[in-house]
Amino acid sequence: MTNQTATPLLEVNDLRTVLHTPRGDLAAVDGVSFRLGRGETLGIVGESGSGKSVLGRTVMGLHTTGPTKTVTGQVLFAGRDVQQLDRRALRELWGAEIGMVFQDPMTALNPVKRVGVHLTETLRKHRGLDRKQAKARAIELLDLVGIPDPRRRIDQFPHEMSGGMRQRVVIAMALANEPALLIADEPTTALDVTVQRQILDLLARLQKEMGMAIILISHNLGVVAGRADRVAVMYGGRISETAPASTLFETPQHPYTEALLEAIPRLEEPPHRRLAAINGAPPDMVRPPEGCRFAARCRHARNDCDQELPELVPAVHDAAHHFACFHPVNQGGR
Amino acid sequence: MSDVVDLAKPAATPAPAKAPVPRGRPSLLRGLVPLLGGLVVFVVAIVAMVDQGWWQLLVAVLGLALLHSGGSALGRRRWGAGFDLTAWLCGIWLAVLLAGAIFVPWLPLGEHQNLAAALGEPTMARPNLLTDRPLGTNNFGLDLLARVLYGARSSLVVSIGAVLIGLVVGGSIGILAGYFRKTTDTVVGILTNALLAVPPLILLIALATVLEPNLRNIAFGLSLTAMPSMIRMARANTLTFAQREFVLAGRSMGASNIRLMSRELLPNVMLPLLSYGMVIVSVLIVAEASLSFLGLGIQAPEPSWGNMIAEGEGATFEQHPHIVLVPGVVVFLTVFSFNLLGERARKRFDSRQAQL
Repeated sequence: MTNQTATPLLEVNDLRTVLHTPRGDLAAVDGVSFRLGRGETLGIVGESGSGKSVLGRTVMGLHTTGPTKTVTGQVLFAGRDVQQLDRRALRELWGAEIGMVFQDPMTALNPVKRVGVHLTETLRKHRGLDRKQAKARAIELLDLVGIPDPRRRIDQFPHEMSGGMRQRVVIAMALANEPALLIADEPTTALDVTVQRQILDLLARLQKEMGMAIILISHNLGVVAGRADRVAVMYGGRISETAPASTLFETPQHPYTEALLEAIPRLEEPPHRRLAAINGAPPDMVRPPEGCRFAARCRHARNDCDQELPELVPAVHDAAHHFACFHPVNQGGR
Repeated sequence: MSDVVDLAKPAATPAPAKAPVPRGRPSLLRGLVPLLGGLVVFVVAIVAMVDQGWWQLLVAVLGLALLHSGGSALGRRRWGAGFDLTAWLCGIWLAVLLAGAIFVPWLPLGEHQNLAAALGEPTMARPNLLTDRPLGTNNFGLDLLARVLYGARSSLVVSIGAVLIGLVVGGSIGILAGYFRKTTDTVVGILTNALLAVPPLILLIALATVLEPNLRNIAFGLSLTAMPSMIRMARANTLTFAQREFVLAGRSMGASNIRLMSRELLPNVMLPLLSYGMVIVSVLIVAEASLSFLGLGIQAPEPSWGNMIAEGEGATFEQHPHIVLVPGVVVFLTVFSFNLLGERARKRFDSRQAQL
C-alpha cells in the first residue's frame, strides 16, 4: 500500500489468456486487472487450475499470442506494454528487470551445469561482466541467499545439493541482476515445511534489502498470510476477491474466500473432526458457466447467481477491498 | 540397568567374527588352477599341435576359456565381486586394435597389398603363432595379420566416421525438431520415416552404383543408415528435457533459442546419444563388411574385413578355413566389444538420470 496513487510498477488491465486446446478454447486467465507498486508484495491464491501460474507467465510475457494461445488486454511494466515488445526486447527484460522463481527446484536447475554457471551466464549476458567478475558476483549472491561455503558450492552440480539449497540457488538466479519485479510461482510447494519458512523469510529479507516488488503465487493461504501486502484470490481464471492481507483474512466478503479460510485445519480443534472441504470441483473452463463461476459450489448461492457474471467492485466501506459477488457474506448486501 | 547391558552385548559380539570372509569371494586355488591349466593347454596347442587343423583350434580355444575363468576369479578375489574381466578384455582388445591400426606401417609384418612383393611367400599358409606369418597368408601369399590391421584402418575410419556424421547432423536435426515442434517436427518426421522405409542394404547398394567407392563416400552412405535412429533418439530426449523447468528458467533469464538448445539441451541429450553411438559403431562395422563382401565397398587388393571374408568364397573355405576365420573372428570380437562397452555406457547414463 506504499504508493497506490503514483505510477505503479506493474499495471494489468483486463488480461485474458486463451489457450487453444484440442477440446476447445480454454480461458485460463479471463479478465484480470490489478496494480502493483514498487516494493509491494501481491499474494495470488487459488486452487489448482485457477489460472494463477498462467497469469504469472503472461504478466512476464512468457505467454504471448501465437498458434496455441491468444493474449488480450494490457500488461504495463514500468510504462511499457509487455505484450507489444518484440522477442529481443523481452529477452532484455527477462532476467534483468523481471525475475522468476519456479516451483520445483529439482527440475529448475540443469543437471549437467555447475551451480556457478547458472549464475554467471545471466550476469555476463545482462551486465557484461567478464568471467572473473561474474564469478565473484556469483559467490556474493550465493552468500546473500544463505548458502554456506559458497566458494566450494559454486563448483558443485545441482544433484549434490538438497532441495532447500537448490531453491536458494534458483532464487539467487532470479535475483542476480536485482530485478524490480520478482514473480515467485509456488516457490515453496516442493519443499518441506521448515525449509518453506526459511525460503519465505529469505524472500522477505531480500525484498527489504533490494526493494523489489514480489508477486507471490501459491495455493496455500498460510504461505501468503503475513508475507503479502495485498492478497488476490483467483477462481476460474478471475479474481474473486482482493484486499489488503489483514482485511481479507479478518472480514472475507466472497463465499469462496470464506470457505477457503474455513478449510484450513487448526491445531486447537478437537481431533478426528471432519475437514471443512469445499464440495464439488472447479468449473470446466472450456465451457465456463454463464453466471458466477463459484455458484455451483456456493452455500449462499441464490437464483440470480446463475444469470450474470458478477464484476469485481469495491466494498461500500472500504475502497481497497474488492470482491465479485452479489451476496457477500460479511455484510447484508451491497 | 542389566537389561541395557544384555541388549548391547549380543549385538556387539557376532559382528567381528563374520568380518574376515566376505561371501562370494573365490579362493586363490579357484583362480590359479584354471589359470595355469589354461596356460599349459594353450601352449601345448600352439607348440605341439601344429598342423592338427581344427583340433589345434579347439584346444587353443579351450585353453583361452580356462584362462578367462581363472583370470576372472583372481580379479574378483583382488578387486571384489564387481570386477568384470570380459569388459576389461573388450576395452583392451579395442585399444590394441586401434594401436595396431595406427602403427601398422612401422610394424615388422609381411606384405599386405602389393602382389609383386609377395611372390616369394608361401600361399595359403596356415596360422601358426610361432612363425613370422602368425595368422597365415592368403592365396597370393599376402600376410593376413598385416591385412587385418590395414583392414581395421578402413573399417574403423568408415564406421566411426559415419557415426560421427550421424551424431552431429542427426543430433542437431533431432534437437531442432524436438525444440521447435510443429512444422519443423513434421518435416523432419516425414524425412526420417522416408529414410527408414528404404531397407538399409538396398539404400547402400543404390548409393554404391552412383558414388565412387572410396572411404568418404562409404562413410557418407553408412551415416545415412544411422541417421534416422539418431534423429529419433535426439528428438525424444529433447522432448523430455524441453519440458523440464530449467529450460523455461533459462528463457526467463533472457536466453535465446540457440543458447537454450546448445547450452541447456545439448549437454543433456548428448550423453544417451554418445553411448548409443557406440552401439551403432558395431552395426556399421558389420554393414561396411557386408558392402565390401558384396564388392561394393573397399576394392581388393586394398584390404578390408569384408573383402577379406569374400576371398573365402566357394571351395576355398573348405580347404583353407583360416581365410574366412581370421577376419571373421576379428569382426566378431570388435563388434562384441563395441556392443558390450556401449551397453555398459548406456546403463550407466540411464542410472545417472534416474538419480537426478
